[in-house]
Amino acid sequence: MSALTQSTPAAAQSGVAPEKELRPPSYWPFVVPALVVVLAIIIFPWVFTIWMSMNEWKVGSPTTFVGFSNYLRLTSDPRFLEAVGHTLVYTVLSVVLPLILGTLSAVVFHQKFAGRGFLRGIFIMPMMATPVAIALVWTMMFHPQLGVLNYLLSLVGIPAQLWVFHPATVIPSLVLVETWQWTPLVMLIVLGGLAAIPTEPYESAQIDGASFWQVFRFITLPLIMPFLFIAGMIRMIDAVKSFDIIFAITQGGPGSASETINIYLYSVAFTYYDLGYGSAIAVVFFLLIVLLAAVMLYARQRMLWTEIARGA
Amino acid sequence: MNPSQINLRQIIGRIGLWLSVFVIVSPAILFFLWMASLSLKFEVDNAAYPPVFIPEHFAWKNYADVLASNRFLTYFVNSLIVTGSATALALLVGVPAGYGIARMAAHKSAIVILIARITPGLSYLIPLFLLFQWLGLLGTLVPQIIIHLVVTVPIVIWIMIGYFETTPMELEEAALIDGATRWQVFRHVALPIARPGIAVAFILAVIFSWNNFVFGIVLAGRETRTLPVAVYNMISFDQLSWGPLAAAALIVTFPVLLLTVLAQRQIVAGLTAGAVKGG
Repeated sequence: MSALTQSTPAAAQSGVAPEKELRPPSYWPFVVPALVVVLAIIIFPWVFTIWMSMNEWKVGSPTTFVGFSNYLRLTSDPRFLEAVGHTLVYTVLSVVLPLILGTLSAVVFHQKFAGRGFLRGIFIMPMMATPVAIALVWTMMFHPQLGVLNYLLSLVGIPAQLWVFHPATVIPSLVLVETWQWTPLVMLIVLGGLAAIPTEPYESAQIDGASFWQVFRFITLPLIMPFLFIAGMIRMIDAVKSFDIIFAITQGGPGSASETINIYLYSVAFTYYDLGYGSAIAVVFFLLIVLLAAVMLYARQRMLWTEIARGA
Repeated sequence: MNPSQINLRQIIGRIGLWLSVFVIVSPAILFFLWMASLSLKFEVDNAAYPPVFIPEHFAWKNYADVLASNRFLTYFVNSLIVTGSATALALLVGVPAGYGIARMAAHKSAIVILIARITPGLSYLIPLFLLFQWLGLLGTLVPQIIIHLVVTVPIVIWIMIGYFETTPMELEEAALIDGATRWQVFRHVALPIARPGIAVAFILAVIFSWNNFVFGIVLAGRETRTLPVAVYNMISFDQLSWGPLAAAALIVTFPVLLLTVLAQRQIVAGLTAGAVKGG
């Protein structure tokens, strides 16, 4: 490591020395160490993963090249298909809810009030806190007999729930944690968008006597749309990959009711040590995320075009 | 409208605003207060129904028990070493890289960072796990330090590209004309100006490395666990009561929470820059 960094100044000098006009190449030495690291920890794992996915590769037994049969196996693996379904449900809920709540919070935090900076610091604590530590406390709060959530429900007359201990409620309960955790990120992104909006439209709306809702619906919302889209995209990527919270609270259970692709991938690779099949899942998983991102981009383009068409 | 009407509207608006602030901040506040409450109660109070919010006797013993177990110290030191090394290495390679990419305007290189952002952490683990096994590194902290670079390096590069793009070029060009080398310009002109950006990158890299769990559960052995993994293992093996468990959880996440409140301005700047620009 130190050899790499120490070679940087020398390389920079030799790059500049012969010809001062040759400006662009001389910045390369700054990038080379990082390039080596990125190649080693990001590019190499990807290439190796693709290679492994075409092999029968189990820890402790010899490997054999099998072509695409790991991928074919995926299409008839009921546990994988079920995991895809769970992932999609979990993702849609974990994108939509934080988007709504985060936008509302951003509108509030856009106002000026005493202690705003400090309260914003408190507000973003859920997403900065260590996920495993949070998961542990949520598990205690979900406890059917001793948990504080059922006590709170009993105060408003709602019967006790089984939360993460029942197949029907486990995904919504995990989404509750995910929403609590990641609404702040949506808030921050939308807040950045609100700060960039000019004040003129609001002034004329006030003169015209527009209601708060009308101002939000017809001025604020269209102007923050690009930021909502970015927030939605980031939220989608993170929700699909969500691991810590699900693994620490339910490990995919009860049964396999909350087993997402990522949790299943963990079991295949590091419980059964079926690394070839696990690699195939990793590749398909990545492609699924790219596909979802492409669908969102396409939907956004369509929306823009219809808006333009309507305007014309 | 007469003045008193405007005043009334303003007062109602103010009350509404404070009510909304209260509503949106309370889930975070109540959660962490409840976490503290759980960690400060004896078993009797934690098992009571209806729940006890503020106990008559505080169980400081829960914290003492966690801190006194000698394994905890080991795991704390492990976390410090892994997060410290991964962050230091990331700054060492990431800050110059961010500078180079910004000055070359090599925006296509950002695609690699985008791929890193999209890739699930587990996909890195399968090949790197095998690699570390072949190299015989699995009993040490080295594999975790290396794999934490997957988290820290993209954060540092991304934030530094954004930061160096906003710093003025004039000073650097003047220094070049005066005969300074590129390295001297970077070291003595660009780097001092970029200190706030480096602070943002440092804080975020530390937090996300400290919090990381998935790399540890695969790569850590009994002696090389980091704190998040240690807390997870407490749940599954030791059958501990809630008090000490909550205390351990709070100790693990306390440094991060403290950093969040103290450096909230830098964190917000870094997160919005990193997020909005496409991470």
